[in-house]
Amino acid sequence: MIAHLPILQVIIPLLAAPICLLLNRSKLVWLFSLLASGLAFSISILLLQQVMTSGVISYELGGWQAPWGIEYRIDNLNAFLLLIISGISTVVLFAAQTSIEKEIPKDKHVYFYVLYLLSLTGMLGIVATGDAFNVFVFLEISSLSAYALIAMGNKRQALWASYQYLIMGTIGATFILIGIGLMYQMTGTLNMEDLSQRLPEVAQTRTVFVSFVFVIVGVCLKLAMFPLHLWLPNAYAYAPSIVTAFFAATATKVAVYLLIRFTFSVFGLSFSFTTIPLQTLFMALGLFGIFVASTTAIYQSNVKHLFAYSSIAQIGYMIVGFSLSTVTGLTATLLHMFNHALMKGAIFLALAAVVYRVGNVELKNFRGLGRQMPLTMAAIVIGGLSLIGVPLTVGFVSKWYLLTALVEQGWWPIAVLILLGSMLAVVYVWRVIEVAYFKEPLEQNVEVKEAPMSFLIPIWTLVIANIYFGIDTRLSVQVAEAAAQSLFGVSP
Amino acid sequence: MLIGLFNDWIVVVLMMIGLYIVIAHGNLIKKLIGLTIFQTSVFIFYISMAKIDGGTAPILADGITQYSNPLPHVLILTAIVVGIATTALGLSLVVRIKESYNSIEEEEIQQQDNDEQLSTNKAEENA
Repeated sequence: MIAHLPILQVIIPLLAAPICLLLNRSKLVWLFSLLASGLAFSISILLLQQVMTSGVISYELGGWQAPWGIEYRIDNLNAFLLLIISGISTVVLFAAQTSIEKEIPKDKHVYFYVLYLLSLTGMLGIVATGDAFNVFVFLEISSLSAYALIAMGNKRQALWASYQYLIMGTIGATFILIGIGLMYQMTGTLNMEDLSQRLPEVAQTRTVFVSFVFVIVGVCLKLAMFPLHLWLPNAYAYAPSIVTAFFAATATKVAVYLLIRFTFSVFGLSFSFTTIPLQTLFMALGLFGIFVASTTAIYQSNVKHLFAYSSIAQIGYMIVGFSLSTVTGLTATLLHMFNHALMKGAIFLALAAVVYRVGNVELKNFRGLGRQMPLTMAAIVIGGLSLIGVPLTVGFVSKWYLLTALVEQGWWPIAVLILLGSMLAVVYVWRVIEVAYFKEPLEQNVEVKEAPMSFLIPIWTLVIANIYFGIDTRLSVQVAEAAAQSLFGVSP
Repeated sequence: MLIGLFNDWIVVVLMMIGLYIVIAHGNLIKKLIGLTIFQTSVFIFYISMAKIDGGTAPILADGITQYSNPLPHVLILTAIVVGIATTALGLSLVVRIKESYNSIEEEEIQQQDNDEQLSTNKAEENA
């Protein structure tokens, strides 16, 4: 059983999805999905323990030897990502039933869970697999179910947002497919480990160069990296609240993982950072992303829009850390992936609770919520502080590592810019806090009460994790450092 | 040069036609058509990559020594299925967009969304 954990990780949610259709009772399906996601979470914990103690796990699908067969390869980085995705998915699912009661018609509840589990399968699959073509297949599994989930939003703008995401997402995925095809043409292999050994022999050819560019652009589309982020704000704002919480915390992280995997492992560090000026390019785009998206966030009147733009800005921080191409820089990126999942998960779940009580998340409706929904608003405040990077929250830890990495390289001006970017976060978080705590409630909202326990428990689980990992950084830093070091080929 | 890389030229031309349609056209159905052409060009790219002159299907038989590579063909079967799913999902979205916006032109939809935004803002100011 233990030997089969890598495949069980992916196949449990995959099989659970059609079983949901057979169960066909909203509440029952919810409990069943929670069970499946919980199982995936426990498996990811076991995998992480196994990887930390005994090193890389290689699993051959159907017993066919790699590189001919498909290999699932779990190292520190994969195990870390699997833990984030399945963990967030489980916590978010806990609140799902209450939230979708108000947002999705009853006859569609079962389909919601089916799509949710398929999307989870896709993300786990992308991370677990060691085969380049498999990445494309799982990417499409997760994206197709994501389009359908977003279209379930109760406003008609959700359809339009979903359509735009479909066009952009498909172009991105097809770019990755072209890149993989060109790689296969040059090396005759699809196994990532094998590719990384064979690509250097043909590294000077134009085909490999073109394949690299296609993969990078494709991944950046999926990543919503500035300036390819246009699909993200509407998709997040109009999707059902639970879907937003799940995607905001996980989907872009998976794309960042792909970026790291392809540049560091498959193409190799020296190739990736010398053939095109990736460092300058990503550094500039990352910084632009931070400033443009944070500034846009300040002017939003819909709070989901506001935090969606903030997500794009946070991706900017990950990109800056990545572009340093040092161990500390990469550690900062990996830490920020983990930490951002915790804070955005908490914030968007709290917004889901607001939607449940108030009906929408227009900023004007937040008036007086500080007194009416104290626990939910406190969660947004702590999540917001974490976004800014206040000490004792997780946000501080990753910002600290990012600044250390920048100073290590002597890039003071950029470190200053990062701090200025955080000031912008203060502004947009303050706008929400000001309205919620210092204004009288609107007439129609006087009756609003605190969110039910089914929201408060998952929200505060994430909030406490935000504070806990901000104080006791051993686990997250240790795993992130080990992952970064193994990517650089430094033995820990 | 031209004849030898005939398939590659077709791939590039189709790819550009597809991408151009996606970007330039405002009609949602036409955009999906463009997307399909774009994807099809990638299918052709994979399929022609595996073909070897004089090679046959990879079945062991007497007197045959040269085989085409079956793997890209199999890969692209998967990609075709994905393509069908994407187109089907896209089309069903267009049906529902038509139902709720009564239009499938990008500009008109954008216009309706903007108007809606403006009227809610105005209502707020009056209140």
